[in-house]
Amino acid sequence: MVAVLSAVALPQATVQRKPVRKPIPWVPIVLVTITLLYLALFLFVPLAAVFAEAFKKGAGFYWDAIREPDAWSAIQLTLIAAAIAVPLNLVFGIAAAWAIAKFDFRFKSLLITLIDLPFSVSPVISGLIYVLIFGLQGWLGPWLSEHDIKIIFAVPGIVLATIFVTFPFVARELIPLMQAQGREEEEAAAVLGASGWQTLWYVTLPNVKWGLLYGVILCNARAMGEFGAVSVVSGHIRGATNTLPLHVEILYNEYAFAAAFACASLLAFLALITLAIKSLVEAGQHKEHQK
Amino acid sequence: MTQGTFSRPHSVLPGFNLALGYTLFYLGLIVLIPLSAAFIKTFSLTWESFWTTVSAPRVVASYWLTFRTSLLAAAINAVFGLLTAWVLVRYKFPGKRFIDALVDLPFALPTAVAGIALTAVYATNGWLGTPLAEMGIKVAFTPLGILVALTFIGLPFVVRTVQPVLEDLEKELEEAAKSLGASNWQTFSRVIFPTVLPAVITGFTLAFARALGEYGSVIFIAGNMPMVSEITPLIIITKLEQYDYSGATAVAVVMLVASFLLLLAINTLQWWARKRRNEEKV
Repeated sequence: MVAVLSAVALPQATVQRKPVRKPIPWVPIVLVTITLLYLALFLFVPLAAVFAEAFKKGAGFYWDAIREPDAWSAIQLTLIAAAIAVPLNLVFGIAAAWAIAKFDFRFKSLLITLIDLPFSVSPVISGLIYVLIFGLQGWLGPWLSEHDIKIIFAVPGIVLATIFVTFPFVARELIPLMQAQGREEEEAAAVLGASGWQTLWYVTLPNVKWGLLYGVILCNARAMGEFGAVSVVSGHIRGATNTLPLHVEILYNEYAFAAAFACASLLAFLALITLAIKSLVEAGQHKEHQK
Repeated sequence: MTQGTFSRPHSVLPGFNLALGYTLFYLGLIVLIPLSAAFIKTFSLTWESFWTTVSAPRVVASYWLTFRTSLLAAAINAVFGLLTAWVLVRYKFPGKRFIDALVDLPFALPTAVAGIALTAVYATNGWLGTPLAEMGIKVAFTPLGILVALTFIGLPFVVRTVQPVLEDLEKELEEAAKSLGASNWQTFSRVIFPTVLPAVITGFTLAFARALGEYGSVIFIAGNMPMVSEITPLIIITKLEQYDYSGATAVAVVMLVASFLLLLAINTLQWWARKRRNEEKV
């Protein structure tokens, strides 16, 4: 009776289909919420805090903290260390991947394990080992001081420690990729008369360009952000042997929080750029994969 | 296949000697010789003095603290990492791509920045520290703070080891389980979980190994009280600052041996996981 009445009163109601009620997906909603809560507690809130603390005293203070001479020299040293460490590890990564992926030899898996070794060494120990060699009481210490060469508590030590901690990045990205690519294309190029360098430049590297870029940006992020290893070999000389992360530590320990977070925000910004490039590279890889 | 160890293999490709030679030279120069320096330096110590250094109560307290906070942080990341990987692979929700990219933040963010950020957030006057303090939970400057920092730096490992396995997981398997009458939970615990378990364990071990050596993110939030919240890497730094190079090296060697054993475990696990995956594909 009621149904008939309402049908008369609202003619279009019969046409309009009643929306099919899906059951509310409780399980996904709960799981997504828990995940977001976990990521918020450990990732989003701390990241937001860096920028909030950095601008606490206003944009003017922020600019002054970054342009201050000690901060500026720390930025320069960080850039120099990365500019030396990344290309060296890039060349090493290509050489190691070429040898491992394109040839068969014994103890190959041992070699791969050894290349990964710096990842499993505490950053503090990564710095310590160079102090044991180049420090005043180290193996080469007396000879170096006789010839007035400074490595520890100077720029070369910082560069060495940076190279050590970023050592495996490019190699470990390239090795599995080049192994998966196989050897046929290179062999064809060689048979057709290409030289080794030509084969590398025109055949191998274009095939692995995304993986190469991926390794390089991760290597660069770590090189610019390394703290523990660099802290041991640096000596914390302001304006001379301070990298940006070390400068952040000094400011923080002097309770110059806003300035510390201002410098830290530069590094956080770098991390975000790294992640953005990384996503783009992954998208590129994915596209190439589907071709 | 197996020619002499480093003799030139039969291949039309050039550059083997140069590539391998340079690889070994650079590896030796940057990694192997410096690392061996740590071991050689400890041989200059007598066994007694080595043992007195590495078994001093303050040092042993730091091992125990480092070990248990690293283990707990890795366990937290194993549970929530599996959940995160599941959510990212299986569900659609707004901002998913952004969140997926941000999971790698602990790999890209310098540890010192992570350290001061976590301290600011979890200090008793911080965004999250204030409500927690009202509940009577103090995070920063306690061992709980160390746990927070180690959870942060180990966060991506389990997500990134489990994600590809979940993506590869064949839907047919689950559909078969469901059509045979398995509930959602049974499908998960009997079909999905055993498949991803090797990846979870691998990620757990990687996060654990990373946490054991972590320094930068921890020292700001830990409070660094001897016997209470002083981690082993900090002991090494303290000894170095007192110019006690042999003492620092002795503790470093204990840590190195521990992490080499873990590395061995990781490699074995990855080999096992690969074998299991290949067996399933056949």
